[in-house]
Amino acid sequence: MTTGIDLQASFVQILEQFGLPHGVAKLVWLPLPMVLIVAAVTVLALVSTWLERKVSAAAQQRIGPEFMGPQGMLVPAADVLKLLTKEDIVPAKTDPWLFTIAPILVFVPVFLSFLIVPFGQNLVITDLGIGIFLWVALSSIAPIGLLMAGYASNNKYSLLGGLRAAAQSISYEIPLALSVLAIVMMSNSLSTIDIVDQQSGYGILGWNMWRQPVGFIIFWIAALAECERMPFDLPEAEEELVAGYQTEYAAVKFMLFYAGSYANLVLSALLFAVLYMGGWESPIPVSWLAGLLNVSETTPWFQVVSASLGIVITLFKAYLLLFLAVLLRWTVPRVRIDQLLDLGWKFLLPIALVNLLLTAGLKLVFPGAFGG
Amino acid sequence: MFVLSGYEYFLGFLLVCTLVPLIAFGTSIILRPTRQGVERLTTYESGMEPIGGAWIQFNIRYYMFALVFVIFDVETVFLYPWAVAFNQLGLLAFVEALIFVAILVIGLVYAWRKGALEWS
Repeated sequence: MTTGIDLQASFVQILEQFGLPHGVAKLVWLPLPMVLIVAAVTVLALVSTWLERKVSAAAQQRIGPEFMGPQGMLVPAADVLKLLTKEDIVPAKTDPWLFTIAPILVFVPVFLSFLIVPFGQNLVITDLGIGIFLWVALSSIAPIGLLMAGYASNNKYSLLGGLRAAAQSISYEIPLALSVLAIVMMSNSLSTIDIVDQQSGYGILGWNMWRQPVGFIIFWIAALAECERMPFDLPEAEEELVAGYQTEYAAVKFMLFYAGSYANLVLSALLFAVLYMGGWESPIPVSWLAGLLNVSETTPWFQVVSASLGIVITLFKAYLLLFLAVLLRWTVPRVRIDQLLDLGWKFLLPIALVNLLLTAGLKLVFPGAFGG
Repeated sequence: MFVLSGYEYFLGFLLVCTLVPLIAFGTSIILRPTRQGVERLTTYESGMEPIGGAWIQFNIRYYMFALVFVIFDVETVFLYPWAVAFNQLGLLAFVEALIFVAILVIGLVYAWRKGALEWS
């Protein structure tokens, strides 16, 4: 399948026409998608903070942000400006180095994971061989940052919050990794591109959510827990722990935690869409549409349209999940810490293991339906 | 240029991602006010004078969870290559993985019975 638009090849080709050597042209290309993705992710995270406020308001029959820009859309921008101009307070009893490094350590892995999030056949920074495994690996760096933040603050609330956050993310990482494993088994590849390709061809019916219904639910619950979303937001349970590990943080360091957590939510939603809901694939296969319009899939204008459509569809799926996460926040009460750990270890882990072995067994019996 | 092809993007992206917080810090240093004061630098404890620090010895209840986590995380890492190559390995590898998982499940049941998965 090489029907997708290939921006890198076209870009390098154009530069070579101006007489640049191939290596230099590639080097010029290298930072472009990265800067674009970082900017896009920042905007997506800001949009989700706005969405969070607006949907929360609607759930509580309020209006929510209204006056800053149309429908209060400029509120996130104002937030960023405000946090950038705030005084940066580092309490006297903290460990200043750890206190400063912790937010960076939480922020960077989340953004780095966007390396493997595909928005189209070739619309990904790089199609690494280890693909989705990179995300599994990177997501286990954040707990170190959380623990560091909690410990460095030298504050009891922060310490308890940091410990809770670390315990929570390690408890839900295994079910998450195991449910991803079942998907990997069906795709015979770790690459996110291959995972989406494996779901293509039958439109909405080909998506993994039908073949992996158990993994679908496990992944969603575990992803919510990893992002510290509402039913599992114990690390920052404000009634008990003020703000958990963020208690002592102010200004730009707080902003990094905040941006990191929303970017993580966007990342989880995007990967959820990629793993279970066909990524950039539309509910009706693009090849059928091409046949209907009687154009070849390699026609330039059709490629551009289908690539743009792919990006829109990926984002639409991700934001649908985000919307669901915000609604869940106002629907379900917070769980207790022992319930949280029980759910992770005594329920999700055994079920995820059974799901994996069941997938393996089904793949042996019905190789056709489970990726050959 | 690189031994592992494709990872130059990883390195580049790591640089770009690390630059973002650094730029944010830099902007903030230029924009923010700096005021000094002893009171504002005290540790927050719901408006009270903080009693003692947080760097004391205490019972980490999550210690056992961390131990069990390490075991299962390593297991998952071992299972990844198996899952990727599953269609070439066939029935024998499936049975082997089944035995492998069974041994770990026995470990989980043991930890469970011993109360390592209880919070209190």
